[in-house]
Amino acid sequence: MRQPLLALLAKEPAHGYELKLALEQIFGQAYPSPNIGQIYVTLKRLEQDDLVRSQDVEQATRPNKRVYELTPAGREALRSWVDEPSKGPRVRDEFFIKLVLAPMSGLADRMELMNKQRRHYLGIMRNLTQMQADSDPADTPARLLIEGAILHLQADLDWLERCQEELV
Amino acid sequence: MRWRCWPGQGGTGGRVAPPCAGGSGGSPPRADTALLRTRGLVKVYRADGVVVEALRGVDFELGIGEFVAIMGPSGSGKSTLLHVLGGLEPATRGEIWLRGQRVDSLSTAGWAVLRRRHVGFVFQFFNLLSNMTVADNVELPALLAGATPRQARKRREELLAELGIADKADVAPARLSGGEQQRVALARALANEPSLLLADEPTGNLDSSNTRDVLRLLRRAHAGGQAILMVTHDARVASLADRVINLFDGMVADDAKMVSIPRSANGVADVLELRG
Repeated sequence: MRQPLLALLAKEPAHGYELKLALEQIFGQAYPSPNIGQIYVTLKRLEQDDLVRSQDVEQATRPNKRVYELTPAGREALRSWVDEPSKGPRVRDEFFIKLVLAPMSGLADRMELMNKQRRHYLGIMRNLTQMQADSDPADTPARLLIEGAILHLQADLDWLERCQEELV
Repeated sequence: MRWRCWPGQGGTGGRVAPPCAGGSGGSPPRADTALLRTRGLVKVYRADGVVVEALRGVDFELGIGEFVAIMGPSGSGKSTLLHVLGGLEPATRGEIWLRGQRVDSLSTAGWAVLRRRHVGFVFQFFNLLSNMTVADNVELPALLAGATPRQARKRREELLAELGIADKADVAPARLSGGEQQRVALARALANEPSLLLADEPTGNLDSSNTRDVLRLLRRAHAGGQAILMVTHDARVASLADRVINLFDGMVADDAKMVSIPRSANGVADVLELRG
């Protein structure tokens, strides 16, 4: 939550509720609808770390609102987040550890484990294809996120097939 | 309900009527509601003294209107199974029943007639006739099955319109994109309203957006009651099926009804959490 808020504040100062609306608008249904409390807590922490600063703005008919803006340190933190490559794929896979070790324990047969896992992956895939069919074509971030999840899942299934070829 | 009234028959040569067949030799059990059944299906290839057992005893059934996907590593026998079921290659042993009729013992010509009426094929590389127009490609199966030119034409017009390629009727297949060619192939396969659609990696040669289109069409055909048996590596395609069969080393390793994983109210947002 920290970096998205910094990124939004890099554009212009805003108060908490505006940030919530902006996140919802940009990511559509692809992003978990942010909890307003969580946003205020995060802003407070960012302020303690001197990455943002705030001031109260008076409003005629309502309580004051607190408007946040990026500090130079905040801009620097945002830049290094953007510059740094994001984490690559998982290299340790819980299922794989299970697959390798389970037969030693005598608790499960590898073919059975793989069948179970494949069914699970396909079940998730079914949801994703349904979401893809239901998604709003104009909601590009959501569409791309679903497509990304589908491609990851396909890779997991292909890899499961490789495990089947070599381990059974 | 897998073969429950056909007790083990091993060693009888596989050409014997099932013991519970009601009277008339060679008919399946009276309560048989399956569209397609196999029993102990074996396919052995021999070439230059090398023997390859591609299918090693496949027992399987497909219900009327059911959509089943066949997955499995390459070399597991998926395409062989589809070809044998569609009569493109003879089985070495075992039985195939289509609509209650034993088909593996039919003559080549007998099976060709049955296939024309009841089985549609879609392949990975479309296999359209390149020297004919799109319209002729789609009308040909209906004409071969005995439809009048007027009927064949009407059906072709309906299908091409439904698949969104009505404007391509007079074009040669080679001038179409891969996605369009596969839609023509689908129209041709559905021309005779077959009981069974066999598809071998129908999206294997398509990009992501064409795959989505073909998926949508298959989903619609299935919703309209079309039985589909499809070999695929594409989990998106497989996830649309009612059942997914995993073939491994020429045998059925898994046969699972597809179930959705319960989704929470967060919708797409959960996608973020699916990845550990």
